[in-house]
Amino acid sequence: MGFVELVRFAIGALRGHRLRTALSVAGVAVGIAAVVSLTALGEGARQYVVQEFSSLGTNLLIVIPGRVETTGMLPFGGTTNDLTLEDYRALASRIPLVVAAAPLATGTEVVRAAGRSRSVPIMGTTADLARVRRLEVASGRYLTPGDPDRGGSEVVLGSKVARELFGAASPLGQVVRIGDWRFRVVGVLAPRGHSLGFDFDDIVYVPVRTAMRMFNRASLFRILVEVRSERELRQGKQAVLDLLAARHRVEDVTVITQDAVVSTFNSVFDVLTLALVAIASVSLTVAGVGIMNVMLVAVAERRREIGLLKALGASTRQVLGVFIAEASVLSSLGGLIGLAAGWLAVRAFVQVYPTFPAAAPSWAVAASLAVAVGVGIVFGAVPARRAARLDPVQALVGR
Amino acid sequence: MIELGDLWRTYRVGDSEVHALREVELEIARGDFLAVVGPSGSGKSTLLNILGCLDRPTAGRYAFDGRDVAAMGDAERTRLRQSEIGFVFQFFHLLARLTAQGNVELPMLFAGIARSERRRRAAAALDAVGLSDRAHHRPDQLSGGQRQRVAIARAVVMDPGLILADEPTGNLDRASAAEVMDLLGEMNRAGRTLVLVTHDPEIAARARRRVRMDDGAIVERT
Ligand SMILES: Nc1ncnc2c1ncn2[C@@H]1O[C@H](COP(=O)(O)OP(=O)(O)O)[C@@H](O)[C@H]1O
Ligand SMILES: [Mg+2]
Repeated sequence: MGFVELVRFAIGALRGHRLRTALSVAGVAVGIAAVVSLTALGEGARQYVVQEFSSLGTNLLIVIPGRVETTGMLPFGGTTNDLTLEDYRALASRIPLVVAAAPLATGTEVVRAAGRSRSVPIMGTTADLARVRRLEVASGRYLTPGDPDRGGSEVVLGSKVARELFGAASPLGQVVRIGDWRFRVVGVLAPRGHSLGFDFDDIVYVPVRTAMRMFNRASLFRILVEVRSERELRQGKQAVLDLLAARHRVEDVTVITQDAVVSTFNSVFDVLTLALVAIASVSLTVAGVGIMNVMLVAVAERRREIGLLKALGASTRQVLGVFIAEASVLSSLGGLIGLAAGWLAVRAFVQVYPTFPAAAPSWAVAASLAVAVGVGIVFGAVPARRAARLDPVQALVGR
Repeated sequence: MIELGDLWRTYRVGDSEVHALREVELEIARGDFLAVVGPSGSGKSTLLNILGCLDRPTAGRYAFDGRDVAAMGDAERTRLRQSEIGFVFQFFHLLARLTAQGNVELPMLFAGIARSERRRRAAAALDAVGLSDRAHHRPDQLSGGQRQRVAIARAVVMDPGLILADEPTGNLDRASAAEVMDLLGEMNRAGRTLVLVTHDPEIAARARRRVRMDDGAIVERT
């Protein structure tokens, strides 16, 4: 009795018990679909947050004036030096690990144009911010590169600011007033959306020197520094600290790394993934128990058939083969249907929330299929083996 | 062909022992036609099951064509059931999901006979029992007599030398019973050994030899 014959016979048997077959296939399918969609959601949530952070730049160091890191107190007896544009220039040019740096001088001011006004955060910075923060320009261009001391009266609008002030009309070349100052719009950024509670589209960008004059400040709010790779963050941080300590003659700045935040979130989501694995395992176990019951009932119901097959000259191995083939066909079929259903559910979810990168991790798919097929085969084969080993008459009369 | 010597089959029921067969001595020659009669519970089925290798004796000797069945391994007993013994049951024991043709093909399936050959031989066997036109019907679309004829076709399709029939007409009306008996008689005349359990004296009368059983023992031979 060849493999093809065996499978054909098994399929015949499954078709002969349509209701039972349908129920058990459904049982397997529901379990697998649950595992696939649940893990897809968990993995998606995690990816989402990690991506949010990566979009801010994971190779990023943030330099803040003052030592707030450990105690939140200022160094004893010392005064804190301001972060200056000179510091920024030194950071950008003298540390080889640094690929880009951008100064930030911020404040909030009323922006007016075309008879409308809006109070928004103002970011004073340089052309380097586009790289450091991965800003995308929708139309026009970003701030002019060059000497940060030069100032200038150009402005780049966040997409929401542009929409609120100019509606559908193009703001390029138009004049906007920020406080008492006049600016000319040189660019509009692409929408970025909210990230971590902050609306990146409701901001305007102006040259750093201009912002400092506008807000009457001599110091920077912070300096963003990008290093070549995440692996060089620690080294870069030390280089920044050393350089500024040398310039200020005291350690009076704090350098925080974005990866510290990312890794905190990562570990939170590791826990979430773990929880999802637990849920998945439970649904898988439920599916497994279902398959198990179906197979046990199938074998019990068909003791008589086993006896008959043996009486007709089937060997113990052949009878076992028939049942294993049936269990395999059954659980594979259920598994495939479950995968398809889970995949459709995830697709539907992504249709509704396109930014959510839901996708079942391959380990979950593999594990759920393995458990379904494994449980099906074991609980099909073990009782079948017991029945197949009996003398045919015992199985036939079923005492 | 068959030799039984001092054969016992004892069931343990709770603390007591039931002797379904006791001290059975029996010889059956090739081509013989033996009827086994006796009251219900006298051990007729038990005897037939042991002859068919569906059951094992508790003690005693069973030789099939001179070979000691007790000493046989599982594989050899399977081969015996597969190709040397055809069994006909009182309750037909057809698989409900298969057609008549499919049921007749079953023994050949496990014997590893190729599909086309199975088709051909099953069709011939169904033809021999007069059911060519019912080949693609399922058991529930057949009458009792037709079912038993399918079962007979299944029993002979591997061309066994021995046919064992346990009350094959027990569930049939007289006309169907007569047809089934004619078929079995034909198989016997074609050279197959036939052992038949029956309650019907008329049927028993057709056999060449008869044994009467009572309480597990053979009490009369004619
Ligand atoms: N599996 C079993 N367990 C216990 N007793 C059994 C079993 N099978 C048969 N018997 C007993 O063995 C005796 C013979 O049964 P059986 O061969 O079926 O009789 P018959 O076919 O002549 O009616 C009966 O008393 C029956 O109750
Ligand atoms: Mg009986």
